[in-house]
This record gives sequence, C-alpha cells and structure tokens, in this order.
Amino acid sequence: MPVEIQSPALAYAPVAPLLLVFAAALISVLVEAFVPASSRRVVQIWVCAVGLVLALAAVILLAGTEELTFSGAIAVDGPALFLQGTLAVLGLAAILLLSERSLDSSGGAVVARAAVLPGSREDAVLAEATEVQTEIYPLALFSLGGMMLFTACNNLLLMFVALEVLSLPLYLMAGLARRRRLLSQEAAVKYFLLGAFASAFFMYGVALLYGYAGSVDLGDIFAATGTAGTNDALLFVGLAMLAVGLLFKVGAVPFQAWTPDVYQGSPTPVTALMAACTKIAAFGALLRVLYVGFGRTEWDWRPMMWGIAILTMVVGAVLAVTQTDVKRMLAYSSVAHTGFILVGVIALSPQGLSGTLFYLLAYGFTTLASFAVVTLVRDSSGEATHLSQWAGLGRKSPLVAGTFAFFLAALAGIPLTSGFMAKFAVFAAGVDGGATALVIVGVVASAVTAFFYARVVVLMFFSEPPLDGPTVAVPSGFTAGTIALGLAVSVLLGVLPQPVLDLADNAAQFIY
Amino acid sequence: MNESYYLLLAALLFTIGGLGVLLRRNAILVFMSVELMLNSVNLTLVTFSRTTGTLDGQVMAFFVMVVAAAEVVVGLAILMSIFRSRRSASVDDASLLKF
Repeated sequence: MPVEIQSPALAYAPVAPLLLVFAAALISVLVEAFVPASSRRVVQIWVCAVGLVLALAAVILLAGTEELTFSGAIAVDGPALFLQGTLAVLGLAAILLLSERSLDSSGGAVVARAAVLPGSREDAVLAEATEVQTEIYPLALFSLGGMMLFTACNNLLLMFVALEVLSLPLYLMAGLARRRRLLSQEAAVKYFLLGAFASAFFMYGVALLYGYAGSVDLGDIFAATGTAGTNDALLFVGLAMLAVGLLFKVGAVPFQAWTPDVYQGSPTPVTALMAACTKIAAFGALLRVLYVGFGRTEWDWRPMMWGIAILTMVVGAVLAVTQTDVKRMLAYSSVAHTGFILVGVIALSPQGLSGTLFYLLAYGFTTLASFAVVTLVRDSSGEATHLSQWAGLGRKSPLVAGTFAFFLAALAGIPLTSGFMAKFAVFAAGVDGGATALVIVGVVASAVTAFFYARVVVLMFFSEPPLDGPTVAVPSGFTAGTIALGLAVSVLLGVLPQPVLDLADNAAQFIY
Repeated sequence: MNESYYLLLAALLFTIGGLGVLLRRNAILVFMSVELMLNSVNLTLVTFSRTTGTLDGQVMAFFVMVVAAAEVVVGLAILMSIFRSRRSASVDDASLLKF
C-alpha cells in the first residue's frame, strides 16, 4: 500500500547563518578544484571571511527570532543565535591565525603536503617551501558549520550528524602541523579513535531514548518523561550514554584524557579553534539536551553531573600545576574551565543559562588569544612551548609577556577581567540554585589555577632568560589583530560587562 | 518473537565492541570495534522501530550507516598516514605525547 508522504515545512530564513557557512564551505571546495595553486590561499581567506561575516550579519538580523523549523529538528532561539554569532567571530579569528605566514621562515602553521612522509628528504625541502595545504580552509568551514548547527539541534539524530560534521574535519586538521609532524599525526589518531568511540556511545544513547519515547525530538522526550508506566531504565541508560558523548566533546573528567595530547600535538591555530569553538558548540548542545529534553528528570541526572563537575574542576586544576609545556598547561586549564562552566549548566535556571552563555563568550576570546600568543614565541625548530624556554620573556618582549600575563589573569578570574565577571555569573547562579558546596569546590579550584598562572607570570618576569632562548617573532596583522581582539574583549567584558550580560539574559530562553 | 532478544544481542555486540576498543592494540582493530558498536546501534534502532511502531528508527539506521562510512574515509586516511611514518599500526607505539 503506498504511503502518503507529507513534505515537511521548511523555513530557510531562520537557518540562514548555517546555510551561509555551508555555502562558503562548498565554494571553498570548488576553489580547491578550479583556482590555480598560486592564488588559492588568498581566495580561500576571502571566501572564509565573507562567509563568516555574512553569517554573523544574518545572526544579528535574526536576533529575537524564536522558531522551530525543519519539522522541529532545528530550534532557532536565543541561545542558538547567541552561540552562533560567537562561533562566527571566533571561527574567523581562528582562520586568520591559520593563515599567518610571517612567523615561520616559510608557509605558516599548516603542512605543505600532508601526504609526504615525515622525516623524508622531500619533507625537509617542503618544510621551508611556501607551499601550503589549502584544504584546511574548507575543512575549517565545514567544522564551523557543524558547530553552529550543533548548538541549534532540537532532534538527537540531527545532533549526531552535526557532531560528526564538526568532528571529522577536526580530526584531519589536528594532523596537519608543519613542524613536529609525528606529534601532530599522533594527536590526530588519538583524537579520532577516542572521538569515534565517544560518538558511538552518543548514538547508542540516542537509540535507547528512541526506544523510550518513540521519537528523538527533545520536545517528545520531555513529554514522555511526564507520563507514567514507561520504561525508566531506557531513559536513564540512554541519558547516561548520551552524556558520555557530549561530555567527551566538552572535555570533562573522566573523558578528558584526549585534551592535553590533542591540544599539544595539533597545529596551534587548530588548537585555538578546538579550545574556543568546539567547547562553545558542545556546551550549546549539552545545555539544550539538559534544559529542553531532561528538565523534568533533573533529580536523576543532577547527582551524576555534580560528581563530574567536581572531578573536572579538581583534576583539571591539580594536573595543570604539574605541567611543563605551555600548550599542555592551557589544555588542563581548559579542563578546569569546563568544570566551572558545568556549575552554571547544573543550576538549570535562566540565570544559570545566561551565566553559561556569558562564560562561553568570555572564555572563547581569552583562550583563542592566549593560544595566538603561544604561536609568537619561537626558536629554530618552531614554536618554543616548554615552560623553561619562556623564562625571562618579560625582559625580551615586555609587550608579548604582558599580554600573555593579562590573558592568564583573565583565565584565573582576577577582577577587572572578563574571567572574573564570567566566574561570578556562573557561581552566583550556582548558589541561587542551591549548589553551594559545588561553588565552594569551584572557588578552591580557581585558587589552585590562579597559583599556576601566577607561576608562569613570575617565570616570565622575574627569572633570567636562558642564553639560547627563543625569540619573539613579529606577526602580521592576522595574528596581531586576533590578539588585539581577544585583549579588547577580555578588558571590555571585565570593565563594562553590562551590555553583554543583558544580551545573554535576553537570549537565555530555549524553545521547544 | 520476543523483541527483547534483539535488544540483548545488540547490547552484547555493543559491549564486545567497547571491550575491543579498550583491549585491542592494533589501531585498525580498535576502529573495527567502533564500527561494531555502531552496528549494534543500528540493530537497536531497528528493533525499537518495530516495538514503537514508527518508521523513524529504520530511517535513522541509514543515517548511522552514512556517518559510519564517512568516518571510515577520514579514519583510514589518518591511520594510513601514521602507519606510513611509523611502519606500525599499534596504538601503543604512538606515545610521543605524554605527561
């Protein structure tokens, strides 16, 4: 018997930011095919810039929209638009970092030809060549498109597809470093295998929730949690599996093992993209799942999330103290920050939601810019990331060391920086939500993180520089502009946070 | 026929896949174990499609297959590149990055 198929209602205008980024990504693929190699890089940068700026403009035009579209699979609402706008700006900044080429003697952070064997004679020649693997631009755009979609998914199947669209390009990008290629390839393998493992858990969770509710729409799952007589085992096991997938992406303990290795091995601009944008997108999805789909079962998942938040804050802060590599230290600090953000997520209130949104924006800009500073300190073999090499940097280049010290202060949450306002927002929401114990752990963990940030500052300003120490490279406008942007946002959000806090307050309303 | 047998089989396959990821040393076999987990997801989806009387589960199984295929493409490319530079696909050999 033929089945009558009704075509779903599709409204394209509310998803314009996504369409623009994906269109730019497709054009970027065509550029790879048809534009001569000599001018490809410039064209690609323009395609990325135009696509992301238009996406940001579309987000601004859509501000205030609250609409479910694509048969309820995509929710265009305040949190989605807020995070999409943030992702567009941060994504563009990360792509500009990727395009920097005046730091190295040759073509920047991205490998010339990924297929050439590391350590071979051809590789040594290519390392100094100006040639560059421009496929990284379409990969970055697809990944950003996936991230922007991830924050707006109201349907778990679409969320799985978005998860893969954002992850698969990142796995490849992690392996494309120009220097220390073996480390980079190893980071890609680790990220890929663990990422695939986590997404299998995610999808098994989706399958169990489908069995529970008969649908994978978050709204239907929410409705099903209110009815008696359904099989709660499916609900709880399903939610736990789903949470494994999402907590892996945000880098929460005990699913954080990949973070330091991948952050250290990847090309630093790609690390910046992962640290800032992936975290924002994954928290966007986690917020939507917990607030929209499981708002009624909070008493069942809250103890688990409490434990994870505490573990994440403590383990991230303590392990960061023992690190000797700048990138690894920033990676563990990002784990600790995941814990702080989880305090806002667990509050499950409009205040917690707006605090989390504000935190994600503030943290994104600060962390992106601090990785940008890491790209500047170099020796003959590339970036000098060992902490001992950073000793006395304040005497060689007070400007760079001072900027980095400011970013560390912002990450530590010193007053008059964005980090202070962000931490205040989520911790206040935590106390109001009755999670005082959690906030106390958070404050103690903040103190521990402040200790190791201070240690780096002392190292930079109060110790003798090593004789054969690294030099500070002079960047072009791409990196300098990104650092300036990060600095401006970190200062402004610390001194005059009210407009952005209001923006986050107004955005803090999910629809379903 | 009782549907719960299929769910139990799927759970068993998922567990075998998960243990394979954790215990196997060869990156290709680790990856195959992940694929086994995704296949058990498909079996679960199709079974629930029958129990709940909706078609969604069967359609979702196709999505999972497509995503798994895309994952294979990316994954094998990464594994190939590391195999060529190290002459080994063991996940234990890749240990330059550590604490």
